[in-house]
Amino acid sequence: MEVIKWQKETFSALRRQGIDLVCHVPDAGHAKVIEMCEADNEVDCITCTSEEEGIHMLSGAWLGGRRGAMLLQSSGVGNIINALAMPNTCRIPILIIVTMRGEYGEFNPWQVPMGQGTPACLEAMGMRLYRAEEPTQVAPAVENMARLAFDSQQLCAILLSQKLLGAKDFRELAK
Amino acid sequence: MTDEISRRPFVKSLLNARPDGLAVVAGLGSPCWDVAAAGDHKHNMYVWGAMGGAAMIGYGLAQAQKERRILVITGDGEMLMGMGAFSTIAWKPTPNLAILVLDNSRFGETGAQFTHTSGPTDLAAIAEASGIKSVRSVKNTEEAEDLKSFLFNEPGPVVAVAKIKYEKLKFVLPSSSGSFLKDRFRTSLLGTEKATLP
Repeated sequence: MEVIKWQKETFSALRRQGIDLVCHVPDAGHAKVIEMCEADNEVDCITCTSEEEGIHMLSGAWLGGRRGAMLLQSSGVGNIINALAMPNTCRIPILIIVTMRGEYGEFNPWQVPMGQGTPACLEAMGMRLYRAEEPTQVAPAVENMARLAFDSQQLCAILLSQKLLGAKDFRELAK
Repeated sequence: MTDEISRRPFVKSLLNARPDGLAVVAGLGSPCWDVAAAGDHKHNMYVWGAMGGAAMIGYGLAQAQKERRILVITGDGEMLMGMGAFSTIAWKPTPNLAILVLDNSRFGETGAQFTHTSGPTDLAAIAEASGIKSVRSVKNTEEAEDLKSFLFNEPGPVVAVAKIKYEKLKFVLPSSSGSFLKDRFRTSLLGTEKATLP
């Protein structure tokens, strides 16, 4: 229930900040927000084949005066690095919400390298990070990182920790 | 072949006919130099990096400026790197977006190595198979002339792949300042207030 609550609040926070273009490469942790974006006639919700498409799209949208955000998981962070060259060089605001894998309680070792490398990679590309560990931190983080992004022309990422999301139970899924 | 397409006169002829309001996204490398050589314009955004992104940058712009025609001019090297864009764009199509791929089958900036389109790969076929409904492939100057109305007027998203000859040309450099290009572009599209106030 709690997972659904902060996801609903995330969607409301995005909408309050004037974001009506949302792209994603999906993750279970974003499922409810994606569903709510799809259901809102005023939101264009775009599924990308790979995460760099999302950074390019958000850059183009801002050039045209529209606020967007991307939802992705930490493994997808590796795909956006060079795409960040444009918003970094041009001072184009970027807002992304990253569901973390490869940390607290992870079963799949293949998720660990990119999950653990995510903060350093994003910081190396000039992104400002906020890490949420508790459900009550998520919506305020979305709202305030959106302000930092769009008011101060920054590249901003909210990292949703695996402790907050709960690790995927592979053993259960294999039964 | 006397009627092979030469990129500079082709892009110049195209942009000389640009309709009012058209915004152009030029992909990195030679397409930037071609667009600059045709004459600078405040509605031009020159993308000097972020290879693979031109089509999606144009798509984002098309999502933001739904009443405005958006033309992306890029090369085969960049389009090969970002082919997934065809699928993403086709799924949620924007009628105001046109993409022109200048295909010389070479990585022109890095020593003219051959690209996959010199081999078995066909970018127009990939666009079509990805679900883009209006796709054209042109190979000579006469066919290229017909592209103007296709790129400027045909309900989009449209993709044109122009097979052009390989030429070693002088660079024609536009501004490389991202913040200048971005602010100029946004100001011309949105007005100073909307472009510069949060």
